[in-house]
Amino acid sequence: MSHFGFENDIHNVLRLDMPITNAPIARWQRKASTSNSTNTNSLSPNKSVNSSVSLSKTPSKTPGKNSKTQNTPSKAGGDRFIPTRNNKQLDVASFLISKENEPVEETSSSTAPKQKAWSVTLNGYDIEEAKILHLGGKPLNAPEGYQNNLKVLYSQVPTPVSIKKSRYISSVPERILDAPDIKNDFYLNLMDWGRQNLLAVGLANHVYLWDAGAGDIVLLKKMEDDSEYICSVSWSKDGNFLAVGTSDCKVELWDVQYQKRLRSMDGHLARVSCLCWNDHVLSSASRSGLIHQHDVRVADHHIFTFGGHTQEVCGLTWSPDGKYLASGGNDNMVYIWPMTTGSDSAFCWLTHCLLVSSLVFAPNYKELVSGHGFAHDKVIIWKYPSLSKVAELEGHEDRVLNLALSPDASTVASVAADETIRLWKSFEKDAIKKPKLTSSIIQQHIR
Amino acid sequence: MSKTLKGITLKGSAELVAEFFSFGINSILYQRGIYPAETFTRVTQYDMSLQLTTDAKLKNYLTNVISQLKEWLFDCTVQKLVVVITCLETNEVLERWQFDIECDKTAKESSAPREKSIKAIQEEIRSVIRQITATVTFLPLLETACAFDLLIYTDKDLEVPEQWEESGPQLIDQSEEVRLRSFTTTIHKVKSMVAYKRTNST
Repeated sequence: MSHFGFENDIHNVLRLDMPITNAPIARWQRKASTSNSTNTNSLSPNKSVNSSVSLSKTPSKTPGKNSKTQNTPSKAGGDRFIPTRNNKQLDVASFLISKENEPVEETSSSTAPKQKAWSVTLNGYDIEEAKILHLGGKPLNAPEGYQNNLKVLYSQVPTPVSIKKSRYISSVPERILDAPDIKNDFYLNLMDWGRQNLLAVGLANHVYLWDAGAGDIVLLKKMEDDSEYICSVSWSKDGNFLAVGTSDCKVELWDVQYQKRLRSMDGHLARVSCLCWNDHVLSSASRSGLIHQHDVRVADHHIFTFGGHTQEVCGLTWSPDGKYLASGGNDNMVYIWPMTTGSDSAFCWLTHCLLVSSLVFAPNYKELVSGHGFAHDKVIIWKYPSLSKVAELEGHEDRVLNLALSPDASTVASVAADETIRLWKSFEKDAIKKPKLTSSIIQQHIR
Repeated sequence: MSKTLKGITLKGSAELVAEFFSFGINSILYQRGIYPAETFTRVTQYDMSLQLTTDAKLKNYLTNVISQLKEWLFDCTVQKLVVVITCLETNEVLERWQFDIECDKTAKESSAPREKSIKAIQEEIRSVIRQITATVTFLPLLETACAFDLLIYTDKDLEVPEQWEESGPQLIDQSEEVRLRSFTTTIHKVKSMVAYKRTNST
């Protein structure tokens, strides 16, 4: 192929209108290729047509600053020198002229910090003092396709009401119930929804049962002393018995069918703020921080105590397999206790303070529902475990205190300090099969 | 553990600081979402629950860096540790976590242990890590996929070990800086700060 190159060369040489490749570049080309500058040095004196004072003198010493820039001005085309007279040049020039007669020696001490400052600015750090190292090798990146989902967690964009076409989450509650005199206390667990589709609510010193199927309301219990109040309610697994914790440190067991109180268990030293059932064992926790286990079948009911919390226990829940009891307290600790009596807590850890007042796990769509206070007063549904927001349910006018899931897992009830209970039918499932309650509902309070 | 005895030795101090960095860097990676949250596991340290990565390559990398850092802490030749978070596509530096390390050079291997309780140091470390967690509330969201790098500022005359390379400082232009808490073991003092790219909307 080399003969083509030779042929091309010959042709190029013979053509007279092609650019000359081997000759030195023309003067005008040379000038056009040098860069612009504000300095006024080294012009060809013969060609200067200008009358500008600034360009006729070349100062003997250039200040340190300008030594970095290039010296020749440039212009497009033409051999004639045309000065570029912008303001900057004139200012600099007059300065240079006026200062030319001043002594310009700079002592080494003043250049050194200046140079150092320049060095630090250019390099980003002082190269005399340190050097920066990093471990070489292939960059470690997150797996492809990983999306940083913090944006979803922390952004305030209002979420759309319905996500999937096949599922509609209503933004208004299905029903609103009146809950006058409800105690606006974070730590109490005043609402629970039982297997028999009865919603038990503790209002001041009364316990009411609302039949979600029929809609009628029954007053189950009224405490004698008006200064005492109901602190917690919890349905047993089959929904036939209701445990009621009171501010006078008692735990009462009620048979709902006959509306009779079966027994009253004491032993706590302070109000009983949390209750949770595990088959025949009822765990109760109080403001003292102690958690008592009661076997409700025997006369001597108090079988064990878990100590550990130093402040009020706000949440209590058994794991679905009945092996572990989780408790959360006002002392910011979460403890996990094993079922076997006699052993100490299996785990405990410190949690951060959260603005969540209660949590419920909704199994139908693998979601978590949280109730909030503070500024939002909302009930939020999150996809689990990605914790992406599915919907926000607004409506409450004051902080949400408690959440409870209906036995068919289709509705979540939220009670708030605005003295209402709102029922949100958000988890309607088309499937006929009902999820088992015992294995899937976890209810917690996190302060 | 030498730490259960009274007083802090140079070696003990280096270990404490290296341990802090190991958990601190993991916390930053988890909080800022550089790696998926599912690749982290919870452990208890300093009386609080922290996240540690389970990704083998990342763990290996961090172990290498931390063990080298521990050596340098012992020799008192390290000055800063910086976690740089860059956008994967544009290579622009988005966040920079800078930990300044001041080493008391008078402390030598053989000098007497200093008086400071481990508990007090752990308290201080705990508040720093808590602060790192809390910074998530004001740091701008990292919306694109990000990569991170660890830079260590050492003394000029230090011999560069194998696998380590020199690098630039990777500063952010137009940055907002927030100074965080510091902790000290009486031999090493660690100051923290985070710099992030100023967002136009705020």
